[in-house]
Amino acid sequence: MSNKTELVRASLAKRYAREKRFRFYGLASIVLSLTFLVILLTTIFMQGWPAFTQTYMQLEVNLSAEALGVESTASQEKLRAANYDAVVMNALNARFPGVTERKQKMALKKLVSSSAAYDLQKQVMDNPQLIGTQPTIWVMTDDDIDTYFKGKIDRTQAEADRRIKDFQLAWLDDLAAKGEIERRFNVPFFTSGDSREPEQAGILSALMGSFYTMLVTMTLAFPIGVAAAIYLEEFAPKNNPFVDFIEVNINNLAAVPSIVFGLLGLAVFIQFFGMPRSTPLVGGLVLTLITLPTIIIASRAALKSVPPSIRQAAYGMGASRVQTVFHHTLPLAMPGILTGTIIGMAHALGETAPLLMIGMVAFIVDIPHGITDPAAILPVQIYLWSDSPERAFTEKTSAAIIVLLFFLVMMNLLAVLLRKRFERRW
Amino acid sequence: MKKLSMAIAAGLLVATSAAQARDNISIVGSSTVYPFTTTVAENYAKKTGNPAPKVESTGTGGGMKLFCEGTAVESADMTGASRRIKESELADCKKNGVSPVEIKIGYDGIAVANAKAADAYNFTRRDLFLALAKEIPDVASSELKLVPNPYKTWKEINPALPDAPIEVLGPPPTSGTRDAFVELVMHEGCKSFPAIKKLEKEDGDQFKKICNSMREDGKYIEAGENDNLIVQKLQANPKAVGIFGFSFLDQNADKVKGSAIEGVEISFENIAAGKYSVSRPMYVYVKKEHVGTVKGIEDFVTELTSDAAWGDTGYLAEKGMIPMPEAERQSFGEAAKGLKVLESL
Repeated sequence: MSNKTELVRASLAKRYAREKRFRFYGLASIVLSLTFLVILLTTIFMQGWPAFTQTYMQLEVNLSAEALGVESTASQEKLRAANYDAVVMNALNARFPGVTERKQKMALKKLVSSSAAYDLQKQVMDNPQLIGTQPTIWVMTDDDIDTYFKGKIDRTQAEADRRIKDFQLAWLDDLAAKGEIERRFNVPFFTSGDSREPEQAGILSALMGSFYTMLVTMTLAFPIGVAAAIYLEEFAPKNNPFVDFIEVNINNLAAVPSIVFGLLGLAVFIQFFGMPRSTPLVGGLVLTLITLPTIIIASRAALKSVPPSIRQAAYGMGASRVQTVFHHTLPLAMPGILTGTIIGMAHALGETAPLLMIGMVAFIVDIPHGITDPAAILPVQIYLWSDSPERAFTEKTSAAIIVLLFFLVMMNLLAVLLRKRFERRW
Repeated sequence: MKKLSMAIAAGLLVATSAAQARDNISIVGSSTVYPFTTTVAENYAKKTGNPAPKVESTGTGGGMKLFCEGTAVESADMTGASRRIKESELADCKKNGVSPVEIKIGYDGIAVANAKAADAYNFTRRDLFLALAKEIPDVASSELKLVPNPYKTWKEINPALPDAPIEVLGPPPTSGTRDAFVELVMHEGCKSFPAIKKLEKEDGDQFKKICNSMREDGKYIEAGENDNLIVQKLQANPKAVGIFGFSFLDQNADKVKGSAIEGVEISFENIAAGKYSVSRPMYVYVKKEHVGTVKGIEDFVTELTSDAAWGDTGYLAEKGMIPMPEAERQSFGEAAKGLKVLESL
């Protein structure tokens, strides 16, 4: 054997080992990142899952005309002002007679959520015939009670350290034993706005805020982004220093920290143009600035990947440049453009920092009905809940994260589907 | 492009017309007051059927800036503050034609707490100053000579304290809790040295420099604005001590316990009685110019100053606010009802 073969053979084992090592590193890093992802998702789901259910308590209320102070024939105004708090309190007193001590009385009142009286008010206003009856209704329990039934309060702890005291435990045991406690799907979580009472806090105002913000972003960023991309790719003179300058700037803009756009939005849209703070209109405009570079870059890449032969064929048939672009290049590039847009929008949906600057970190109870109503958005809602002292907001925080993740996954899935379905390879 | 600019212009028009007829109150201000203003906002909306006020959490300073900006309809109607309005801020307000009505709503305690499993502490404010200041006066020399903080354990400062390393998790400088802690604890501890106390009158800047600077050698850890996070970190690290608002202690009584300050335990009763020294007042400022222009401000103030809200057993007390004594409530309640403008501090 020659010298060279000898040399190669000697290094062979080493080279194989090197490859094996490299493969191992690659695999290890994937396993590591997957582990983190799994840990993250499991904690969020474990913490957030209970928030999708809510503990309800059965209550036999006496809706007599005397107790309410109104007749069934009274006007809606009078029905609204009737004393529903007293009715709820009476029902609780009837259920647990003999509570006289002041502290215990307060605790008794805190068994049910403060929304109980308002629920009752709504039911009676919708159907005044209820007055004079003694219906059995189910009302939401207070957040502390709900937390207890979700197993997050340890009853073996010293009484002073517990938010549920021994006498309350006795009540709750009695209620549970008689089947007057029920865990139900938490409908209010999806149908109401934010609240300071964790059991009444819902995500709809933030969801609608996100929706309107995305609507503004989409209607502005998509046409502007695609138009810019088409111009730069198909019409702009090549090798022109000015065009190059713009291109460099667009690429740089994509890397600018988003908080800078927030400051820009504050200075330009709110202070200069005088647009109202905390509205999806301003939020959408700021997010448009953030998503534009992403959309332009993705759209240009998509346009670039359309083979020149298509354009040449069009020119050969006598099409003008505009016709070539709009009849041939653009439709073929559309799947790529849409994918880029959706990914840009998904990115914008999770954006928080710039919106801090324009007043979208706000407590919003009412569901926004347009782009000029004050609104919060999903990530901001998560931030606000995570900063709240009440224990029950922990699960709400995770539940809001689950909802946000759901929409992000849906959007990304849509992007994948579009690509799979319409993409053409040459 | 022409269509687009027209669309934007149309959007702007819609926006301005919306701003002119505003029926929802806009509140800005401190994140400490936020839980309470939001609770009032919610109850006000439920009771009156009016649109719920929009409450932004901007921090005390940021809120003042927005509040004093001017009297235009779109500017904020109220701001929450975890300290009293400053001279400079009041001047700014006046310059822009804003007449603020001051309403003190109650008190908030600041807890110095550690994990349930760890030893209980009993600090004096001097101990805390010595543990957390960047530079401390040299006790050996008779003149005012500053040395970098040498202390590593609590026992070195005060033999009565446990032999545990100093590790304090607290809020960053942007936080109102930090401002209050510096003023209520660090300044008081600082003043326990006669030489520095003398300095307060003679050279305010130097006094502030000594008393406001926190250690930067890793013994004082800025743990961010999120108090829940500090509670979690304390649970994981029994050696650490944390600084956060009383409502978080109240909610997490099974995980953390508050330290006594000068022998006084932190509790609802002690703060309300004024015995626990590390507590601060919370204020809401109302823009008088907007009363009548923006719908519902008077009703909101009525709700805020009702016994059901800020009373001894009101819903704000339930949320962790310490109510004012009866007499103080009455005087602020009347001032609020009469919309008495704050002329000077």
